[in-house]
Amino acid sequence: MTATAVRGDRAASGGARVSAALWRRAWLRATLTLSPPLAWFLVIYLASLLVMLVTAFWSVNPFTNSLVHSWTLANFQQIFTPTYLTIIARTVIMAAVVTVTDAVLALPFAYYMARVATPRGRQALFIAVLLPLWASYLARVYAWIVILQKGGTLSWTLSKLGLGTVNIGYTNVAMWIVFSYIWLPFMIVPIYGALERIPDSLLEASGDLGARNWRTLRSVVLPLALPGVVAGSIFTFSLTLGDFITPILVGGANSSFIGNVIYSNIGTAGNLPFAAALAVVPIVIMIFYLSGARAAGAFEAM
Amino acid sequence: MKVWARGGALLAAASAAVLVAACGSSGGGSTASSGSGSGTSGLSAPQANTPVPASVGKGEGQLNLIAWEGYAQPQWVKPFEQATGCQVSAKYAGSSSEMVSLMANGGGGQYDMVSASGDADLRLIYSGDVKPININLVPQWKNFHPFLQNPPFNTIGGKHYGVSYEFGPNVLLYSKKAFPAAPTSWSVLYNKKYAGEVTVPNNPIQIADAALYLSKTQPGLGISDPYELTQPQFNATVNLLKQQKPLIKKYWDLASQEISLFQSGTTVVGAAWPYQTNTLVAAGAKVGDTIPAQGATGWADTWMLATKAPHPNCAYKWMQWATTPKVQAQQAVFFGETPANKLACPIMDQLSKGACAAYHANAPEAYFQTLKFWKTPLAQCGNGKNDCVPFQQWVTAWTQITG
Repeated sequence: MTATAVRGDRAASGGARVSAALWRRAWLRATLTLSPPLAWFLVIYLASLLVMLVTAFWSVNPFTNSLVHSWTLANFQQIFTPTYLTIIARTVIMAAVVTVTDAVLALPFAYYMARVATPRGRQALFIAVLLPLWASYLARVYAWIVILQKGGTLSWTLSKLGLGTVNIGYTNVAMWIVFSYIWLPFMIVPIYGALERIPDSLLEASGDLGARNWRTLRSVVLPLALPGVVAGSIFTFSLTLGDFITPILVGGANSSFIGNVIYSNIGTAGNLPFAAALAVVPIVIMIFYLSGARAAGAFEAM
Repeated sequence: MKVWARGGALLAAASAAVLVAACGSSGGGSTASSGSGSGTSGLSAPQANTPVPASVGKGEGQLNLIAWEGYAQPQWVKPFEQATGCQVSAKYAGSSSEMVSLMANGGGGQYDMVSASGDADLRLIYSGDVKPININLVPQWKNFHPFLQNPPFNTIGGKHYGVSYEFGPNVLLYSKKAFPAAPTSWSVLYNKKYAGEVTVPNNPIQIADAALYLSKTQPGLGISDPYELTQPQFNATVNLLKQQKPLIKKYWDLASQEISLFQSGTTVVGAAWPYQTNTLVAAGAKVGDTIPAQGATGWADTWMLATKAPHPNCAYKWMQWATTPKVQAQQAVFFGETPANKLACPIMDQLSKGACAAYHANAPEAYFQTLKFWKTPLAQCGNGKNDCVPFQQWVTAWTQITG
C-alpha cells in the first residue's frame, strides 16, 4: 500500500516537472498538441493528394493494366480534346446553374426563418430543412426517378390537372432539379447564419433614414447576406462538381460528368494515371472558386 | 508504340521473375519462345510450359477467390467448406479490369483463383498471371456444352487456363406494345423511329455489338470477328454508334436501371441480359427478348488458377465442386445465367420452374454457335495480322461516343 503511494507520488512529481517545463516553453506545448493532427493531415491527406498528382504523369500498360513509371504529359494533353472539354464544361455549367438556383430559392426562405418566423416556427423550419439529410442520398435520388420518369408522379399530377404530360426523366433537366433539391440545405443554413447576425438596429437605422422596405433589402440586407450566399455556394458548387452518382441514376445519354469519366477510367479501363490527371481539373477549378470566395469575405460567414 | 515496347520489356521481366518463383526446380524450359499457336502470333503465354499436377493432393485448409458478386454464395460455399475443409474467402471485384489488377504478379501469392470473364482472360493469360490446369482432374468437364470445353478465350494451343463456369447472351429486349412480333434484326437499335426510346449498356465492349451488326449488314467492311477490328472497321463501327447516340435515352450502368426504364415504358427496345427479361416478365411487364438474325454477343466466365496460388489443391477441389450439376444449377438460378454443365438443366427446373428453358440451358448446339463471346480486343489480330485496335482505344472511343 505504502509502496504504491510512494510510486504514485514520484509519478506525480515527475508529471509536475513535465508540466512546468511545458508551461515555460509555449512553443513546445503547441508543437506537442498540434503534431498528431498535423501529422495525420500531412501523411494521410496531403501525401495521398501528392501520390495522385505524381500518378497523373505516369501511364499504364494497356494490356496488363500495370503502371508504367515513365514521365509523360500525354494524360494532360488528352484532357484538352473536345470530348473531355465538353464534359468539363457540362459539369461546371451544371454546378453554376444549381448554385444560382439554390441561392434564389434559399434567400427568401432563410430570410423568413431568420427575421420573420416565431422561435417555434423557426425551429420547425430548421427541422424541415435538415430532415432530408437524415435520409440516404440514394433513397432521395431514387424517389426523384419515380417522380420524374415517364408516367411518374409529376406527369400523372399534371395530366390530372389537365396540363398535359411531361417526360423529363433521364435528362439534364432532371439532373438540375435533383441537384438543386439535394444541395438546398447546404445553401439555406449559411445564409440563415448571415441574416440572423444582422443587428435589428441596422434595419431600424435604415428605416429612420427614410428607406422603404425594398431599399433596405437591397442596400442593407443583401450586402450583409452575400458572404453567406458565397459560403453556401462553395458547398453547392463543389458538391455538384464532384458528384457522379446523380448523373448515373437520373442523367440521360448526354449527362457524363468529370466524376463519371474518372470512375470509368478507374473501374472499366483501369487507367489510373488518366483518372488522376482528370481529378486535377476539379481541384484547379475549386482553387479559383475558393480564392474568389475569399475575396468576397465568405470565410467570415462560415 | 514506344510505350507498348517499354511495357513489353517490363512484362517480360515480370513474367520471368514469376517463372523462376513458380517453376522452382522443375526446369521450366524455353517458355519465352513457345508460341501459343492459335492465331495470336507475336504473343506468347509465359506460363504455357508450367507443369500441371497429375493428381489433387490434400487440401491446404484455405482458398482465396476473386469473384463476381454473387459467385461465392453460402448455398454452395458452406457445403464445399464442410466437404473439403477448405475455408473460402472471397474478394468481390467490380469490373474485369479490377480483376486483372488484383491478379497482378500471379495473384501476388495471396489469391488462388479468379472468376474472370472472357474480356479479361487473354490479358491474364498473356501477362502470365494464370497458369495451365490439368483438365482431367475436373471430371465434370466432359459434360460441358462442347463449345465451352476448349473455347478460344481460355484454351490456348491445347492448354486449359481454367475451367468454364457460366455464360449468358446479350439479347435484344423489346416491349410487346411497340413490337407485336419480335424484331428480327438489331437494326431496330439504329432506327430513328425509336428515337429517345432506346437503351444500351454503358460498356466499351458494346462496340462489339455494333461491329457484329455491321459484319452482317455491311459485308464490304470485311469484319469477321467483332473483337478483332482494323482501324477502318473500328472507325465505321464508332461512326454507327455516334449516329445511334441521338436515339439513346440512357446508357445503363446497372441492370436495375434498364428494368425500371422498361417498366415505366420510357424505353421500348434495348440491349440486355436474360436476367432483365426474366425479372420484367415476372413483374408482369409486357416484354420479350430475342436473338436477332445477326446473332449476338455474350459473356462466359472461367475459373482461372493464379500462377502463385498458395492453395492449389483447394483450388482444384473448388473447380471440381463448382462444375457439379447442382452447384452449376444453383449459380445459374441465383445469378440469372446459363451453366456450362449440360446435366444442370433438370436441377435448375427443380430450383425454379422453367428456369432451364428460360436461360436456354437445354438449347441445341446451333443456338450457341450464334453467340460471339466476349474476349479482350488485342492489337494482335487473328490471321497473323498486327493492326487491330486494342482495348484501351475501345475505352477512349466509348467515352467519345457517350461523353
